[in-house]
Amino acid sequence: MRIPCPLCGPRDRREFYYYGADDYLRRPEEGAPPEAWDAYLHLRDNPAGVTRDLWHHEMGCSAWLVVTRNTVTHEVISVRLASEKEAAK
Amino acid sequence: MRLQGKGLIDRTKPLAFRFDGTQYTGFAGDTLASALLANGVRLVGRSFKYHRPRGILTAGSEEPNALVEVLEAGGQQTPNTRATVQELYEGLAARSQNRFPSLKRDLLAVNDLMSPFFGAGFYYKTFMWPRAFWETIYEPAIRRAAGLGKLSGKHDEALYEKAFAFCDVLVIGSGPAGLMAALTAARAGAEVILAEEDSRMGGRLLSDAGEIDGQEGLAWASGVLAELRGLPNVRLMTRTTVTGAYDGGTLSALERVSHHLADPAGRPRECFWRIVAGRAVLAAGALERPIAFEDNDRPGIMLASAVRSYVNRWGVAPGRKVTIFANNDTARQTADVLVAAGVQVAAVIDSRADAPTTGDYRLYRGATIVGTQGRHGLEWISVRDANGERRVETDCLAVSGGWNPTVHLTCHMNGRPVWNPEIAAFVPAENAVPGLIPCGAAAGVFSTAGCLADGQRAALAALDALGRKAPTLALPKAEDGTYAIHPLWAVEGARRAWLDFANDVTVKDVKLAAQENFSSVEHMKRYTTQGMAPDQGKNSNVGALAVLADATGRAIPETGTTTFRPPFVPTSIAAMGAGGRAAGFAPQRFTTSHAASVERGAPMIEAGLWYRPSYFPRPGETNWRESCDREVQFVRERVGVCDVSTLGKIDIQGADAGRFLDLVYTNTFSTLKPGRVRYGLMLREDGHVMDDGTTACLGENHYLMTTTTAAAGLVMRHLEFVHQALHPDWDVRFISVTEQWAQFAVAGPRSRDLLNSILDEKLKPEDWPFMACGPVRVGGVAGRLFRISFSGEHAYEVAVPARYGAALFRDLVARAETMGGGAYGMEALNVLRIEKGLITHAEIHGRTTAFDIGAEKMISAKKDCIGKAAAARPGMIGPDRDQLVGLRPLSPGKAIGAGAHLFKQGEAAKRENDQGYVTSVCWSPTLDSHLGLAFLRNGRARHGETIRLVDHMRKTDVLCEVCDPVFLDPTGGRARG
Repeated sequence: MRIPCPLCGPRDRREFYYYGADDYLRRPEEGAPPEAWDAYLHLRDNPAGVTRDLWHHEMGCSAWLVVTRNTVTHEVISVRLASEKEAAK
Repeated sequence: MRLQGKGLIDRTKPLAFRFDGTQYTGFAGDTLASALLANGVRLVGRSFKYHRPRGILTAGSEEPNALVEVLEAGGQQTPNTRATVQELYEGLAARSQNRFPSLKRDLLAVNDLMSPFFGAGFYYKTFMWPRAFWETIYEPAIRRAAGLGKLSGKHDEALYEKAFAFCDVLVIGSGPAGLMAALTAARAGAEVILAEEDSRMGGRLLSDAGEIDGQEGLAWASGVLAELRGLPNVRLMTRTTVTGAYDGGTLSALERVSHHLADPAGRPRECFWRIVAGRAVLAAGALERPIAFEDNDRPGIMLASAVRSYVNRWGVAPGRKVTIFANNDTARQTADVLVAAGVQVAAVIDSRADAPTTGDYRLYRGATIVGTQGRHGLEWISVRDANGERRVETDCLAVSGGWNPTVHLTCHMNGRPVWNPEIAAFVPAENAVPGLIPCGAAAGVFSTAGCLADGQRAALAALDALGRKAPTLALPKAEDGTYAIHPLWAVEGARRAWLDFANDVTVKDVKLAAQENFSSVEHMKRYTTQGMAPDQGKNSNVGALAVLADATGRAIPETGTTTFRPPFVPTSIAAMGAGGRAAGFAPQRFTTSHAASVERGAPMIEAGLWYRPSYFPRPGETNWRESCDREVQFVRERVGVCDVSTLGKIDIQGADAGRFLDLVYTNTFSTLKPGRVRYGLMLREDGHVMDDGTTACLGENHYLMTTTTAAAGLVMRHLEFVHQALHPDWDVRFISVTEQWAQFAVAGPRSRDLLNSILDEKLKPEDWPFMACGPVRVGGVAGRLFRISFSGEHAYEVAVPARYGAALFRDLVARAETMGGGAYGMEALNVLRIEKGLITHAEIHGRTTAFDIGAEKMISAKKDCIGKAAAARPGMIGPDRDQLVGLRPLSPGKAIGAGAHLFKQGEAAKRENDQGYVTSVCWSPTLDSHLGLAFLRNGRARHGETIRLVDHMRKTDVLCEVCDPVFLDPTGGRARG
């Protein structure tokens, strides 16, 4: 598997650390109810198909990346920097 | 025997070799298989299960029978080497496998007589009872009999390599299709890698005569190869098998670098490649398949394509009187090759009733073979046609049941091949592996002209996908012959007819599987073990499938196929793991004091990737405890020096740096003044403790964070996440400076005296209270000093740029020794911190909270922090939690061990009564007692209670008093003083 890092270009999967679903980007506000924290920390979809998750280019530029990919075909559809605002849908 | 004037071998270079101790001679260019056949050796091995005599079936990497042990210098040996792949070299020594005491007289050949008991599912049915027999009798007996070749039992000291390559177009296979594809891509200027499994490029052109562009096929190939070799954008790789297709255009390949050399002269034995290709062209050709008939496994029975290879490529006649059995036009082709070479063709048995009659040989049409004879090699066959049965004398039978395209790589990403009834074979599914384009025989195109055109088509498709313009080359003219196959998988008969030679699976076994309702192809495979040998059933899968389809009344496409998985050929773990053995397994990180520590005889222990001194033995000390006790004592009474450079150091700067620290630490850092240090606790977002350490404020908006050695990488990644993912707009930047600074703890009542002897300016006590920090100069070198303590003593950590670390360590230790102190190691460091109840990752092991370690007050109520919300969840605080306590054995001399569990006095030491566990222990020379840190249910409320400590592993059972985890100097006066 190869991930096209927006800063470094396409790199081998071994350069990256896998974190989990991109839900981690949406941290509840201070004082949010326990249900919100439970959802943020623990509740995840397990889609057969398109998923979006977080990868860290630990052996490269140390950028955190949001990778949109397909869990069935393993196709990497798009990659953006976590620090950039999500493109308008 | 050799044929005059034939073959691509170099007859001026004879090579001596040994097989089972007998000396033979071959020539440069031979494989072990061709050289054995040239010497008239037909019997080369015994089969896996029935120990049947076996010969050479193929001329390629798919060989199921001719597996040998290659003996090497120093008692090394490589088992299961395919004789058809092993190239001959001077002095090669090989040994047959799976026989005892000798190949001709093999005791376990008795298995063949007992074959009625050994059918499919034999293990499952036989070894069911009595149950106790499995471990004591059945398994050891099966293990002794199982397997083919044997390992030497010694470490493999040979060199292996791994390598990466990148290209626009990877062409797999160098037959007509592959050469045409490579040429087309290369002329278009693409970076091309042409990988060929064989030692020579050319594919079937090396074996099958035929004209291309008015010249011999091989001459045409030589011309193309000469051009490719001259191009800077082309890399030709022989002896390189592409073994797997993976995501993102990545393919793996195994290069046999020096297996063919008598003296590798420093070259690695194998190299494992990862090739990233913009596009890959699969031109891997096709594999011929046998036909199952009674006793079709005798030495001398070979594939027709292999017979032609041995004649044309190696100049070897595999027999004196050759017969041919086929269901397609290769029967005639093979007969023509033999006749042209002057080898007698005893008969051609063609299963097709309408087989063409040409050639000067006896042809049986619409005929099959119904039996064979010959104990250690074929002697005669029984042929049956409309006129009845007759016996034909023959010592070599060439069989062709048709061809299977080499679809394996196209299945590596879960693609399923598609049945093509015209050629009675599976062909690759459309776009089965993204970017992998099958062509030529691998795509079911079986004529030379067709392969040339298809190779060009594949290359043009690859170039187009890569956005490259490509000239269309004029296609060379070539044979466009017919194939005309009439499927024949198995000849009916009462005796055994082999499908899978490698695992001894017969037609009967597959039928039995179907009869016992293992009718799914996946079940049949596992029940019979068909296709599960190292050859992955390359010759037998489709045949077995056809027999299963027939037995279950289904069509072949309905029956489906099993999955091909990487690697395409057997691949040594040594190659895949090249560089990963012993000391090369992980990178090693050494501190600047490493050499000095080793010189002092310190045993070095691993701390992550780092190596740290365990203790520094002195003459007369007989065990580690004596050294450790001494080191603890001199830190408590005088002064000790310890390298703490392995702790993570992160330099943090920016206008929002304080705010950032407030978010990642539970406590507040934005109020920390320059020149001050604060201890901080860091949580994971789920509320458990991630790490702890000190952070110093070096100046306005400039901090230096320290992490534990173990969590340095984890914390760095976490900080990056919090910044980039949660607050990218904050003005904060950070970088690891762990390796830029060498840092030494100087600890003990005389630490200030020691430092004053090396610092350019003496320390004024009023300027250096506990938890102060600031710049210092050491011998003119700008350094940093921190008054922090992990020992509970008056202590400092002094940091200098790493290049001065080695010198400073030696100087500090020498001066400490003159003061009655010295260097101390990890053992003493551990004792010092346990005496003070200071935690490490033994305590913050990922399941403990701030509350558990008694630090819940460190979570500031005035601000948010990572993990704050989760740390307050029900269940994360309260009397049900295991809380950090100290333990002292009631009799101080009783040793306690980490990992032991705690129980109430008088209760049974079993899981249901568990009250907690011990995380750290030591012998405290300061307090003359064993000490432990432990987590005890509601422990903080139970100080003074006597608890039972039980370790079932070490067989200890000790009564301890529960106490505060800080055993020594609970008010901290020593550190502050």
